[in-house]
Amino acid sequence: MTDVREKKPASGFNRRAFISGAAGAASLPLLAQAAGAENTAAQDPNLPVDVTLQVNGTAKSLNVDARTTLLDALREHIGLTGSKKGCDHGQCGACTVMVGGRRVLSCLTLALTVQDKQITTIEGLSQGDKLHPMQQAFIDQDAFQCGYCTPGQIVSAIACVKEGHATNDDDIREYMSGNICRCAAYPNIVAAVKQAAPAMADKQKG
Amino acid sequence: MRPFTYQRATDAPSAVQALAAAASTNTALTDGAIQPLAGGTTLLDLMKLDVMRPSVLVDINPLSNAWSAVSLDGGNLKLGALARMSDIAANPDIQRNYPVISDSLKLAASPQLRNMASLGGNVLQRTRCTYFRDVSYDNCNKRNPGSGCAAMDGFNRTHAVLGTSEQCIATYPGDFAQALMALDATVEITGKAGVRSMPFADLHKAPGNSPQIETSLLPGELISAFSIQGRWPRSTYLKVRDRQSYEFALSSAAIALDVQDGTIRDSRIALGGVATIPWRAREAEALLKGQKFGDALASQVAEAAFKSAISRKHNAFKIALGKRVVSRGLQQAATMEI
Ligand SMILES: Cc1cc2nc3c(=O)[nH]c(=O)nc-3n(C[C@H](O)[C@H](O)[C@H](O)COP(=O)(O)OP(=O)(O)OC[C@H]3O[C@@H](n4cnc5c(N)ncnc54)[C@H](O)[C@@H]3O)c2cc1C
Ligand code: SF4
Ligand code: FES
Ligand code: FES
Repeated sequence: MTDVREKKPASGFNRRAFISGAAGAASLPLLAQAAGAENTAAQDPNLPVDVTLQVNGTAKSLNVDARTTLLDALREHIGLTGSKKGCDHGQCGACTVMVGGRRVLSCLTLALTVQDKQITTIEGLSQGDKLHPMQQAFIDQDAFQCGYCTPGQIVSAIACVKEGHATNDDDIREYMSGNICRCAAYPNIVAAVKQAAPAMADKQKG
Repeated sequence: MRPFTYQRATDAPSAVQALAAAASTNTALTDGAIQPLAGGTTLLDLMKLDVMRPSVLVDINPLSNAWSAVSLDGGNLKLGALARMSDIAANPDIQRNYPVISDSLKLAASPQLRNMASLGGNVLQRTRCTYFRDVSYDNCNKRNPGSGCAAMDGFNRTHAVLGTSEQCIATYPGDFAQALMALDATVEITGKAGVRSMPFADLHKAPGNSPQIETSLLPGELISAFSIQGRWPRSTYLKVRDRQSYEFALSSAAIALDVQDGTIRDSRIALGGVATIPWRAREAEALLKGQKFGDALASQVAEAAFKSAISRKHNAFKIALGKRVVSRGLQQAATMEI
C-alpha cells in the first residue's frame, strides 16, 4: 500500500500526456506553469502523479492517484494513521490537520493542492517524549473515551487557542463545534482547552 | 470518485482559458464536465458521492493573491471571491460596518470549513437535499432532468416553502448569500470576454422547469468579486437550526435597517433555509419604510414575508418558524447599539 517513492516512477504528468493532451486542446500548455516543469503537461487522469508533501517538517515524495485526499495520503501512503477518517465528507472533524498554520479538513483536501504548504498532524506535536500542552491537558482532564475523535480534537483545540477563541466556555464550545465526539466527552474537552490555553501562552513567552 | 485531469491555473487569463477550452463541452456550469476548484468543500464532497463528475478540475487557488483582497473605499466594500470565510468573518472593519456579513459567515459550517471555503465557492454551494446527494435515487430533477422529484412526497422536513416549483423544492443551503442579497450586492464575473458585473440577485435561478440550471453564470465564467455600496452598521443575521452550531439553517434572516430619529428610512430582508434560492422579501420589507418600529409592525412584515409560502408534508413548521425569525431579526436589528 505504502508507496513513498524510492525510485522515480511513471507519472501522470509526463511528456506523453503533454503531447496527446496538447493535440486535443491547444490552450492547455498555458496552464500549470507554476507547478514546475514536469507539471506543465496535461495530466493523464489514468496515471498516478508525483506529489511531494511537507509533513511535520519532513518532505515526503509520493506517487499517487490524483484523487488522493490529504487524509488518505497521510494514512495510507505515508503511514501516519493518527489523523482519523470519521465521515470522509467534512462533517465530523476527525481528520483535522494544520495546513500552512490553519486547521483544515484533510478529507476534503486533495493532496496535490497542498504541495507548497507545511502540514502538521497529531504526530508532529510532541517534542520527543514531551507532549504538547494540549495533549497533556487531554490526558489530565480525561477528555476522551474511545479516543477516535481525539487527534482531530487536539489539533483543532490548538488552533482554537491560537486563533484567540478560547477565552470562555461558550466560545470554546462554538469554536470546537467542528469536531464531533460520539462519546460526548465535551465537558472534559472544554476543561482540557481551558487548561492548555495558559500553558500554551507561557510556552510562547518562554 | 471518478478520475479527473488536474490543472493549476497560474493567473486569471489561464484559468479562464482552461475553463473555456473544456467549457465548449458544457451546456451549463452545473453539468460539471469541467469545474473550478476553490476550497473544495462542496466539490470534493459531491465528487465522492458521485453527484458531481467533472473530468477536469482547474485549481484556481493560485489566484488567491489577486482575488482575495478586501477593500473598503469611500464607503463601498469589495470582497475578492477567493477570500476565505474565516478571514472575512474576523475582519474588524466588516464586523463594524457590515455585521450581517460577518455574522452570516461566522454562523456557517465549522472553523475548519471556514478556513478552507472561499466566498465564491460558498455562494455556489449545492443543495443539501438528501435525494440530490444520494445517487441511488434516480428521481431527482436537479441531477437527472425529467426524472421526477423524490422529495416532493418523500421526507421533506428541510425543504423549501418559498420559490418552489412542481419540479424541485430543494432549499438553497448557504448563509452568506442572504447577506449579499439584503445589501443589494453586485457580483463581478470574469470570463473569456473579460469582466462583467450583474446584481447578485440575478445570479441564482429559481428551479422552475429546469432545476438543473442553478445560476446564470455562463460556461467557463468565474466569480471574481462581490461589491456593496454604502455601509450597513445596523444589520444582523439570525439563524435557527436543529443544533446550536455547525448546522445548516432551518430558517434564517439577513436584516439591514437604516433608522433616522426612530423612523425607518430603508429596510432589507433576505431569507435563508426556507427558499430554493437566496430570497429577498421585497414586499415585506417595503412595509417598514417611513414607519417607527414596533412589535405589531414586525408581525405584519413577517406575515407578508411568507404570504406566498407553500408547504409539503413535513415542512409546514418552517412557515411559523420563519415568521418568528423575521420578527426577532427585525427586533434585533432595530435595537442594535451602533
Ligand atoms: C459539513 C458541512 C457543513 C456546512 N455548513 C454550512 C453552513 O451552515 N452554512 C453555509 O453557508 N455553508 C455550509 N457548508 C458549505 C460550505 O460553506 C461550502 O461548501 C463552501 O463555502 C464552498 O466553498 P469552497 O471554496 O469550498 O467551494 P468549492 O467546493 O471549491 O466550489 C463549489 C462550487 O463552486 C465552483 N466555484 C468555486 N469557486 C468559484 C468561482 N470563483 N467562480 C465560479 N465557480 C466557482 C466550483 O466549481 C464548485 O462547483 C457546509 C459544508 C459542510 C461540508
Ligand atoms: S427537491 Fe430538487 S434536488 Fe431534491 S430530489 Fe427533488 S428535484 Fe432533486
Ligand atoms: S473525516 Fe474529515 S470531517 Fe469527517
Ligand atoms: S472519544 Fe470517542 S468519539 Fe470522542
